[in-house]
Amino acid sequence: MNDRTRPDLLAPRAEKPGAPADARTATGYIGLSVPRAGARRLLQGRGTYTDDLKLPRLAHVVFFRSPYAHARIRKLDLTTAARQPGVIAAFDGRAIAEYCTPWVGVLAHLKGIKSPPQHAVAIERACWQGEAVAAIVAESRAQGEDALAHVEAEWEELPVVTDMEDALSNRSVIHPELGDNICFKRDFVTEGFEDAFAKADLVVEETYSFGRHTGVTLEGRAILADYNAGEHSLTVYQATQAPHMMQDIFSRHLNIPEANVRVICKDVGGSYGIKVHVYPDEMATAAISVMLRRPVKFLADRLESFLTDIHAREHKAKVRLACTKDGKIIGFDLDDLTGIGPYSVYPRTSGIEGNQVVNLTGGPYAHKNYRARLNVVFTNKNVTCQYRAVGHPIAVAITEGIVDLAAQKLGIDPAEFRRRNLIADDAYPYTFPSGLKFEQLSHHQCLDKLLALMDYQGLRAEQKRLREKKIYRGIGLAAMIEVTNPSPAFYGVGGARISAQDGATVRLEPTGMVTCLVSVTEQGQGTEGIFQQICATAVGVSIDKVRVITGDTGTTPYGGGTWASRGAGIGGEALLQAGKALRANILELAAAALSIDKNALDVSTDAVCDKATGETKMPLAEVGRIGYFRPDTLPLKFQAELTVTRHYTPREYGFTFTNGIQASYVELDTDTGFVKLLKHWVVEDCGTVINPMLVDEQIRGGVVQGIGGAMLEECLYSPEGQLLNGSLADYLVPMSGDTPDIEIAHVCTPTRQSELGAKGVGEAGTAGAPGAVMNAINDALAPLGARVNVQPFTPERILRALGKV
Amino acid sequence: MKAAPFAYAKPGSLREAFALLERHGDRAKLLAGGQSLIAALNMRLATPSILVDLTAIPGIDGIQLRGDHLAIGALVRHREIERSELVAKHAPLLSQAAPHIAHVAIRNAGTIGGSLAMADPAAEWPACCVALEAHIVAASPKGERRIPATKFFKSLFTTALAPREIITAVEVPVAGANTRSAFLELVRRRGDYAIVGLAAHTQLERGALTRLRLVYLGVGDAPVSAAGAMEKLEGKRATPEAIAAAQAALEQDLSPAADLTHSAATKLHLARVLLGRALAALVT
Ligand SMILES: Cc1cc2nc3c(=O)[nH]c(=O)nc-3n(C[C@H](O)[C@H](O)[C@H](O)COP(=O)(O)OP(=O)(O)OC[C@H]3O[C@@H](n4cnc5c(N)ncnc54)[C@H](O)[C@@H]3O)c2cc1C
Repeated sequence: MNDRTRPDLLAPRAEKPGAPADARTATGYIGLSVPRAGARRLLQGRGTYTDDLKLPRLAHVVFFRSPYAHARIRKLDLTTAARQPGVIAAFDGRAIAEYCTPWVGVLAHLKGIKSPPQHAVAIERACWQGEAVAAIVAESRAQGEDALAHVEAEWEELPVVTDMEDALSNRSVIHPELGDNICFKRDFVTEGFEDAFAKADLVVEETYSFGRHTGVTLEGRAILADYNAGEHSLTVYQATQAPHMMQDIFSRHLNIPEANVRVICKDVGGSYGIKVHVYPDEMATAAISVMLRRPVKFLADRLESFLTDIHAREHKAKVRLACTKDGKIIGFDLDDLTGIGPYSVYPRTSGIEGNQVVNLTGGPYAHKNYRARLNVVFTNKNVTCQYRAVGHPIAVAITEGIVDLAAQKLGIDPAEFRRRNLIADDAYPYTFPSGLKFEQLSHHQCLDKLLALMDYQGLRAEQKRLREKKIYRGIGLAAMIEVTNPSPAFYGVGGARISAQDGATVRLEPTGMVTCLVSVTEQGQGTEGIFQQICATAVGVSIDKVRVITGDTGTTPYGGGTWASRGAGIGGEALLQAGKALRANILELAAAALSIDKNALDVSTDAVCDKATGETKMPLAEVGRIGYFRPDTLPLKFQAELTVTRHYTPREYGFTFTNGIQASYVELDTDTGFVKLLKHWVVEDCGTVINPMLVDEQIRGGVVQGIGGAMLEECLYSPEGQLLNGSLADYLVPMSGDTPDIEIAHVCTPTRQSELGAKGVGEAGTAGAPGAVMNAINDALAPLGARVNVQPFTPERILRALGKV
Repeated sequence: MKAAPFAYAKPGSLREAFALLERHGDRAKLLAGGQSLIAALNMRLATPSILVDLTAIPGIDGIQLRGDHLAIGALVRHREIERSELVAKHAPLLSQAAPHIAHVAIRNAGTIGGSLAMADPAAEWPACCVALEAHIVAASPKGERRIPATKFFKSLFTTALAPREIITAVEVPVAGANTRSAFLELVRRRGDYAIVGLAAHTQLERGALTRLRLVYLGVGDAPVSAAGAMEKLEGKRATPEAIAAAQAALEQDLSPAADLTHSAATKLHLARVLLGRALAALVT
């Protein structure tokens, strides 16, 4: 048969949309591992990322970036570059500044924080290697990159500050107008602190260092800005976690009325906090769209990502712990230093990470005395800001490291030492010495569960047996608390125009389907999937009847978006309330139509039914039909309200704290300094678990990112401020083959602040993993009299600790 | 990360390829599996004006046993070597080394010819070829020459190839009944280029190491033969004393440069550790 005559080849038949995978009726989906809605679309290659968008007259912008960490621009000549094939325009910082005002990354509640104004494209001076100093707009990205080679620049190198302690000494001040290199400083001490430390039986001290690293997203930063001069409006397609925040920022810095700015967030390939900040090159892209009155796209390629995506976690922290000889912790003393690059990042500031370290150190333990000092200093490296688990990996590692050291000094088993000191499960509400308030935590339940899950005693016995054969294995524990569901206390009180509330709109469609629009965004983590579950449960429909729309300031309610483990707890609660309100309105309509008391009705199985007998009274499709097409059949005064919006903000507590504990089991090769991660365990209390599969995978992914920081990832800079490993060949991220199995269990203490009871979980894995791994390595090293405290734990560092090199 | 503009040609014979090289001179670059070259193009580390794709040229692929040697065509993919029964039988060192090269997807595309021409000092094939005393067959319009691997790798990314020569094959002496080999390397993540690696090869005569070859990767700007260590061990059994003496000799044999995360001292230490482990593997 001739192929041409085969109809299946001429017109390949599309797979017909089949029966829904899960047509279970709505007895409720909370707590079920429902496969998430968007996964099939993404796996079929039908995702739409910002880079997939192509608009007519689309131009591409590339940036000429400073090759120096600190240098004055003596000459910048763009004329030859502007004449290259395909080039539409070339701009320096001054040209762009006419359309985009500079910003300053400070917040009022971080008292004394300072940072100089930052421009979209640097003017006169570049302060880190990779800072954009010119923009070239071309018909294609490749032509833009070709033209970059024709930018003529002359530089005068300025003194470079890369080392945090050097910065703190103010030997050379990066921004002379600020007076010194200190962006932010905090000193905190509880009453009677000195006295308590003086009386302690034992005070242990250690200094921990953390390598600067970054959150490597699969999809790079991406933006397509489309200015429409006809209505003075700007539509921005952006891979962002916070579309409303960006709407406000584009509006204010480009001087376009807020209502004329629409930010649309298509599929996003991972964010981890990287995509919640204002990036100069993205602001420049939007400004250029206004300047050229045409759509302009910018994508950070992988090399640009390493130079300009926010870095995080470069800390050096000296910690002291005081305790009694019978192993009761009396207090913690912290002196933390962190280097943030030349600018505090807008609008969340680069002071928050250090501030979190101060807030959280010692967090799981019942002690009364705390002193903390924090110095946040400017350096000539890429900027740092909030990356998944902000400050927690530092605070947990230093707390758990020093706790283990104290236990070791006292000869107490680390699990037992924790049991003696973790805040009791019946001690809540509890106020921590740093001022944080905990509603209800479950440290002891989690510890017990973990020890059983990992067979702690069995592992200790195995460890002992193997040590006799010169096999060095180590067990490390790390208890933690975690900030989730933040109230305005995080940003709003400091003057940031960042919403702490979220909103959800639910609409019954005429066929009985439900559409919900939520202000929380989907970054690939499955948020839309849990929203389907919550909405289906709240309204009383089967899950295949629910469609979720997020990530569009033009359609969704106003809200914060995705960050600080807030999507499920805040957005989810808004959606639950909206869904319940819609359910009530559906019942009103059905009751009116059927002339039955609404209290005798309920919604279940996609239909209004008799509450007592379950008998179907009216399918939702009928409710929709009547509500939209035949309201004339309803009582005269009745108005159908089949669209409902609700909002939610946590009010009573600043943050909904969660807690958990992790354990790591490692084997050390004492000849090579290599560490094999054998196994990892997590017990986590995130309150109501909406989708166990998604929760567990969030934890696993988080643990892997934490392991990355502990073992592999570090942005290495030369003394001249050159990034030495700015590609995926040299910047090592963990890969699945080298990752241990991660076993997870839960304790569920729903928050009473919301009806849903969900706390956040997205950052928990990352928060606890580095501390657990560090403690496991040090446990393995202990019989050899060695210890490590500089992350990442490279073979070099371990061999040096062992005295082998 | 977009490559600078370039032209592309896919010659159907060596003769056509030579003609293209003749016409474009230094501006032409040969393309095999593309696993090193394409990344270099995208990062604009290389900006050739034309790529000459070798993959349609007949006669420079396949693995054949030819008398006392195994002939491996330049276009043979890393993965083919890994899975080849001929290689496992006659050149087991190559089978041992292959899984250490990158990941399956890359091994499916990358070629042995490309790897040898690339001459990355941390790559597996160059060290193995030196340890096996293989010959690299290079063709030019003037004809063919067989270059001993021991003379082929000059320095970082530099080989004995003349400007317009093309590698067509590598010839590896076949293993005998007493041949033993071991390939070991240390990487932070599976598939990364080696921090330190060691290709070891010997004829075991009644427990004694003879014609021992110890060739390191990742410790110099080309594969490094550990001459002193080889001398200390030649004709000896791998006793603790002999091993210790050989390990001590590495101090003279190797002068590794520090990399991003390992100091020179650490690399030397790791080289010693690998030597001990390789010898243990050779004699068991
Ligand atoms: C993520 C990643 C990890 C890697 N890890 C490793 C590793 O651990 N170990 C390792 O050894 N390699 C590694 N590689 C490199 C890989 O092995 C390459 O396949 C190899 O280096 C080059 O072979 P190729 O066929 O891909 O050559 P190409 O990339 O096509 O060419 C490389 C160079 O060789 C020249 N060339 C190619 N063929 C010939 C020929 N027949 N004659 C003359 N010149 C020729 C080209 O002109 C070019 O200069 C890795 C690559 C990647 C992308």
